Amino acid sequence: MTIEITFNDRTYPVHEGESVLDGLERHGVAVPSSCRNGVCQSCLMRATSGEVPASAQSGLKPTQKERGYFLACQFKPTGNVTVALPDAADQRRFTARVVEKTRLNPTVSRIRLSKPQDFQFKAGQFMRVYRDGESRSYSIASMPQQDYLELHIKVFPGGHFSSWLCQTVQVGEELTIGEATGDCFYLADNLDQPLLMIATGTGLAPLWGVVRDALAQGHRGEIHIFHGSYVRDGLYYMDEFAALAAKFPNVRYYPCVSDDPTESQALRGQADVQALKHFPKLNGWRLYLCGNPDMVNTMKRKAFLAGASLKDILADPFIVTVPRQELPEAPAA
Amino acid sequence: MSQAVNAAPKSLYDRIGGDAAVNAAVDIFYRKVLADDRINRFFEGVDMDRQAAKQKAFLTMAFGGPHNYTGADMRRGHAHLVKNGLNDSHFDAVMENLAATLTELNVPAALIAEAAKIAESTRNDVLGR
Ligand SMILES: Cc1cc2nc3c(=O)[nH]c(=O)nc-3n(C[C@H](O)[C@H](O)[C@H](O)COP(=O)(O)OP(=O)(O)OC[C@H]3O[C@@H](n4cnc5c(N)ncnc54)[C@H](O)[C@@H]3O)c2cc1C
Ligand code: HEM
Ligand code: FES
Repeated sequence: MTIEITFNDRTYPVHEGESVLDGLERHGVAVPSSCRNGVCQSCLMRATSGEVPASAQSGLKPTQKERGYFLACQFKPTGNVTVALPDAADQRRFTARVVEKTRLNPTVSRIRLSKPQDFQFKAGQFMRVYRDGESRSYSIASMPQQDYLELHIKVFPGGHFSSWLCQTVQVGEELTIGEATGDCFYLADNLDQPLLMIATGTGLAPLWGVVRDALAQGHRGEIHIFHGSYVRDGLYYMDEFAALAAKFPNVRYYPCVSDDPTESQALRGQADVQALKHFPKLNGWRLYLCGNPDMVNTMKRKAFLAGASLKDILADPFIVTVPRQELPEAPAA
Repeated sequence: MSQAVNAAPKSLYDRIGGDAAVNAAVDIFYRKVLADDRINRFFEGVDMDRQAAKQKAFLTMAFGGPHNYTGADMRRGHAHLVKNGLNDSHFDAVMENLAATLTELNVPAALIAEAAKIAESTRNDVLGR
């Protein structure tokens, strides 16, 4: 029996007992690798169709396992599979119509899009929005059972996509979006696990999805949500989260303001610092960290040192890159 | 492959508990290393998950588990650290953290000594001598 691996729309026959890594390399396909023994994770790939055995997923995060990630050096297919390198997986495009646009605060707008027919996602994942050959990632704040996709977009001064989305795009317009990706979603593997969610700015978007999804799936453990901003004006959805906390006794919501010493309704200080002050020991907790990359990376490390297992730290740094400046001496494109 | 036919005596890796033992040790070991001011600067990779995966590679090796690293790989893999001052004192610190990790996991002293011996055997390669 021949076994076939499909990669980048091409099909490669492999031997029985041959790993995806060996098989693809034999056909001249370059796949990153190092230890070839399932430990370094250099050869991380994702199966978009076909069965992946647990032995090919040892050491991966639960959220990665659920999405079909595997180690190419450990996966010896016994049937046909379609595989992709981690980032090349999100290549499908969809069209979505803007159905609602609302200001949430002076810098953040909410945009709701009609959900395309076969668009699949888990609450908390993000997707790309495309325009003129460029794209940016935005997190989905709605839940899969809702018929719209909700985005929270913060306008950056001079930012190409954010100012276009917040200021120019009109209700009724059609946007091109990509597949949902990302590991920051709820896993119903332990309904009693305490969850600590920390967001800065629009990092709240994925958490608005994740927390409601967790509750919809019957999560019983404590859920603590810290939302931080420099000033109160940067916060939003305070009423929505307060209502959620009022309805579910296991949910607590902590708005935090770092740069306004006169603040009286929110905690004073940074969200991550406040969270650790409340919960200095994180053994057994699962964390969701979203927003400012400095906060996310610092908190990831602090949470790990405070006892959380790396597998239980799910992080979405909202990396914003300053577009490359055109140098005067650069040749015209 | 490498672990397929392992006639007696069982390897240290198997006696310690194989892949599951390594997975249990990674978090503990990496947490110790990050908290250890003598050496944490060498491990401040941007991507903690990748760094942790490399610690897994290290522990698998120290447990005598299946790996394809040669002495030359160890030289190449640590050369950039040697350039940044990696020396015997740092190597000793890693050995200490390794032993403390295994102690925390209640691994018997005799097996810890075996793991230490395997790690120790890479000293000259790791330090590029
Ligand atoms: C996983 C992920 C999820 C995300 N989710 C969200 C989300 O839910 N909500 C959200 O609001 N954002 C999110 N982001 C950020 C988002 O993808 C964009 O990076 C952000 O909207 C800025 O894009 P832009 O096109 O507006 O800015 P760009 O045009 O890309 O500019 C980026 C930065 O450079 C500055 N800049 C632009 N031009 C110049 C210039 N000529 N000189 C100097 N500086 C300049 C801008 O002010 C801005 O600060 C996410 C990012 C990631 C990676
Ligand atoms: C005790 C013996 C040691 C062994 C057996 C060992 C083994 C390894 C292995 C197998 C890797 C993974 C290589 C890869 O697949 O990319 C690695 C990476 C690494 N080791 Fe060691 N190591 C040892 C000592 C040390 C010491 C003493 C330090 C520093 C204090 C150190 C720091 C690192 C770092 C920082 C990396 C990651 C390098 C990168 O970013 O690519 N190691 N080591
Ligand atoms: S090459 Fe290291 S895990 Fe596959």
